[in-house]
Amino acid sequence: MAPQVAKKDLSTHTLRYAVRLGDDALILGQRLSEWVSCAPFLEEDIALANVALDYIGRARMYYQYAASLSPHHKSEDDFAFLRGERDFENYLINELPRGDFADTIVRQLIVDIYNFHYLSALRHSKDQALAAIADKSHKETRYHLRRSRLWTVRLGDGTEESHQRMQRAIDEIWGYTHELFTQDSLEQLLVEKNIAVDTASLRTQWFTDISATFQEATLTLPDTEWAIHGGRKGYHTEYLGRLLSEMQFLHRSYPGCQW
Amino acid sequence: MAQSNVQLFEVFIRLKNGLNHQHVGSLHAENQQQAMDYARDCYSQSDELGNIWVVQSENIVSSQKEDRDSFFSVSDKPYRHASHYTLPDEIKNM
Amino acid sequence: MLPQTPKKTADTEKQKRALFQRKIDAGQKIEPNEWMPSEYREMLAYQLTQKIYTETIGMQPESCWVARTPTLQRKVILLAKIQDEGGHGLYLHGVAETANIPREKITADLHSGKNPYSCLLDYFIQTWGDIGAIGWLIDGAAICIQVSLQRTSYGPYARSMIRICKEENFHQRQGYQIMIALARGSAEQRKMAQDSLNRWYWPALMIFGLPDDQASHLKDSMKYKLQLYSNDTLRQKFIDQTVPQIEYLGLEHPDKNIKWNEERQHYDSGDIDWNKLSSIVKAHSSCHARPRLQHHRKVHAEGSWVREAQHAYRQKQIQRKLNAAA
Repeated sequence: MAPQVAKKDLSTHTLRYAVRLGDDALILGQRLSEWVSCAPFLEEDIALANVALDYIGRARMYYQYAASLSPHHKSEDDFAFLRGERDFENYLINELPRGDFADTIVRQLIVDIYNFHYLSALRHSKDQALAAIADKSHKETRYHLRRSRLWTVRLGDGTEESHQRMQRAIDEIWGYTHELFTQDSLEQLLVEKNIAVDTASLRTQWFTDISATFQEATLTLPDTEWAIHGGRKGYHTEYLGRLLSEMQFLHRSYPGCQW
Repeated sequence: MAQSNVQLFEVFIRLKNGLNHQHVGSLHAENQQQAMDYARDCYSQSDELGNIWVVQSENIVSSQKEDRDSFFSVSDKPYRHASHYTLPDEIKNM
Repeated sequence: MLPQTPKKTADTEKQKRALFQRKIDAGQKIEPNEWMPSEYREMLAYQLTQKIYTETIGMQPESCWVARTPTLQRKVILLAKIQDEGGHGLYLHGVAETANIPREKITADLHSGKNPYSCLLDYFIQTWGDIGAIGWLIDGAAICIQVSLQRTSYGPYARSMIRICKEENFHQRQGYQIMIALARGSAEQRKMAQDSLNRWYWPALMIFGLPDDQASHLKDSMKYKLQLYSNDTLRQKFIDQTVPQIEYLGLEHPDKNIKWNEERQHYDSGDIDWNKLSSIVKAHSSCHARPRLQHHRKVHAEGSWVREAQHAYRQKQIQRKLNAAA
């Protein structure tokens, strides 16, 4: 293969990788923003909005970078609003409904620990733009993780009810965590090029961290065997379609308009 | 602390009504009441109608240097500032 | 506390009042724990709780559009704005605490229906244009009032207003920018803008309260500098500044008979239905369904297990410390 073609391929792959990371951030940010004016108390309302803002901000950075690589003059909004369920390649865990506060805290703990290690690695990506986004995002995630850890311990070791809710939330979400550590050929190729993060290598550390927090919180790891995959291939839960139809309705109702 | 018979207190003074309290320094005292008395002696030299707060230093929780980046990231949200929204020249008073 | 010898000649209520009023007249601030007349305290408490409800319940109407913003940029702006409102509710709760009004009471009195809140908050946010119009007109009206309150006589209140005004300065502009985009956009978008303007112009005028001659507390409120300008003065200022803004958008003014009065150097409103306005401002709790109140109650109830868990965890930690020490 001629070097020039390879370069173009790489750019296409990187674009798709950046869009995926943007999808993860946007879909979770969209879910988190559903907490606005629904949190257990005012401070938490504001804090959750902050985390949502961080995620949506992060999505924009990834999409803007992807747009800059795009030969078709795409914009961040094209990625967010003009793609359908099959085109989104976010991990399924991000699209699950927000549930109650326990569901949200458990998902955040899982994702925060994951992102903590993921972004740490992505900071060293050979792709400068991705490394810069990771650097900025990592700072936010450090703070997110403080929150989700504190809450997990409080709710796990709080009342009988809070403990039960947390344990149920863990049991119901656990099967969605496996997907975080499997990669398709696109990402494997980018891992080889030192652009993408090798997620399999994060698993042990992730598991150690989450086990420690669960232990402190008197929560137990589920022994369920089920695992669900599909996000990176564009196969989603039915929740995503609903999320997208709400998120995209206005933008799609008035094609080509400025806002 | 070197002297265990006393505790460290932080002193905040509002010089006059309408202003915020400002941190002015710290002192050693046995208890809150003595801290208040010393604060008056050591820090309040103004004749203005002021107000003093004393807070035991150990009751103050400070953010850590390593938290700085994850705590203060407003600068990356330009849309939080009015200057981000350019208004037409015709529109004054907004 | 130093032992204080009780003054033999305790100030009479009358003397205290005179001194208090002199301080106010001289532009001095009243700070927590200082003596204040009971009606000053009551008016302050009323104003604070109303403002707290406006900020905290005010998060709800706009939050229903966060999921549907037309662009990502609009999404972060709207989220940030709503978050500010929560933050400003928090500042004001802090002010209320200095006046011995705890947050629990403010919430309980809302839920029980003891305290009213502005029924404007229950208006439905029907289109994206409403998000623009609310930022521009409703926040714009609120900012008119808040700017003047930076000089209010209660110190913590004035200081919170300074912070609030500083942070809210983008709220009105983001709303107006939405309106500009709509007005410059497609025919459908312009229609959306006009429709939202038509529906939100009148409510914005209500933000300023009853007409001066019907506002029973206005005189006292101004005497105590809990309000710096009269309702009608601020309303006029808003009406005047809004005319060129509507003109710039190229939209029709909802008040078909608004006219410049050369003599007064102000606009004369044509079509304000003062009776309707007064009845809406007065109606408060009874005007119609109260979806925001119901939502607030529901969310509060749903969050109770979280708050209980927090409490239980804290108690456990205290107990563990005691056990470790024993």
